Amino acid sequence: MLDLIIIGAGPSGITAGVYAARKKIDTLVITRDVGGQAAWSGDVENYTGYQFISGPELAAKFQEHMSGYNIPVRENESVTSLDVKGKAVSVVTDKSEYAARTVIIASGKRTKELNVPGEQEFKNRGLTYCATCDGPLFSGREVAVIGGGNSALDAVLQLIRIARRVYLININSSLNADEIMCKKAGESSLVTILNDTEVTAILGDKMVNGIKIKRQGREEVLALGGVFVEIGLIPNSEFAKGLKKNELGEIKVNPRNETNLPAVFAAGDVTDVPEKQIIIAAGEGAKAALSVFSYLARHNDTR
Amino acid sequence: MDKNVKVYSTPTCPWCIRTKQFLKENNIKFEDIDVASDQRAAQEMVEKSGQMGVPVLEIDGDIVIGFDKEKIGKILGLG
Repeated sequence: MLDLIIIGAGPSGITAGVYAARKKIDTLVITRDVGGQAAWSGDVENYTGYQFISGPELAAKFQEHMSGYNIPVRENESVTSLDVKGKAVSVVTDKSEYAARTVIIASGKRTKELNVPGEQEFKNRGLTYCATCDGPLFSGREVAVIGGGNSALDAVLQLIRIARRVYLININSSLNADEIMCKKAGESSLVTILNDTEVTAILGDKMVNGIKIKRQGREEVLALGGVFVEIGLIPNSEFAKGLKKNELGEIKVNPRNETNLPAVFAAGDVTDVPEKQIIIAAGEGAKAALSVFSYLARHNDTR
Repeated sequence: MDKNVKVYSTPTCPWCIRTKQFLKENNIKFEDIDVASDQRAAQEMVEKSGQMGVPVLEIDGDIVIGFDKEKIGKILGLG
């Protein structure tokens, strides 16, 4: 039986993998993608050691680091359930079934959808959740970013290099992002910020051609060539059914990254640890792997 | 005979990077088309795939949207 299955290969899962490999823990990584949200970030300017690095570059560095240890990775695979059975944790995916003595859940978060008419229809037809990926396809167009947090502002700052005009549609009365980003966006003549504004529908024929917005009780149509949805994230924790979670669906962990189930640990953005940052996720992953190491040492009679 | 493989991508998209990595790992030769710098190619990609997300692969006329490892593997006959 494996010693450890790490679910997820973002900053947290990869760091856990590196630490586990260095402790000679027999590990398998199961993940939908490699790099996680870090790979989808624009500019990263707060990961120590890099004054500036792009998200995809940092994710590539992480991946390279993990590859150096020859940790087996099952990519493009999604975990559907997890169950503690005696001294083993069984992990079922959409493709197979595995068992290990311990598990670290580092499955991170995914982007939240708007849940308005037209959203499913125009997904990837002018509506996208990744400015970093698809932004360049919108060159010279008028676009809207929906949201008001750091990821929305990150998208706005990427798009002002590409688009003709960027509307920022924020449902709240003020932005909830880092001051430095809000200032940059506010100073750009290409950006129009609409606070207290709700998106009620995505419009289009073959591709997106606008959105319906509601402000001050009145509905109006904004003609657009692209829509970027950046309204926050939800944890990928649905498969972890027996675990205690907070009201956001984040897995509850103690300072040693233990969950309420024995042998099941969790780390990074999928947990209730405050502040979601690449460097924090990475640190938590390291901590979880070390906790697993001491757990395995304490339970080595079962080997 | 080698299939003709085109990858429509942007330099910043993580799935594009993974797709190209995957092709390289399997020694598949491909033409990398950067739709961020080539508007005409971007238009061509949208017309062929009916959508605006990257990456898009064209393998001997077959269109694959996204890094669909299994579908790509199947078309290319990878084990």
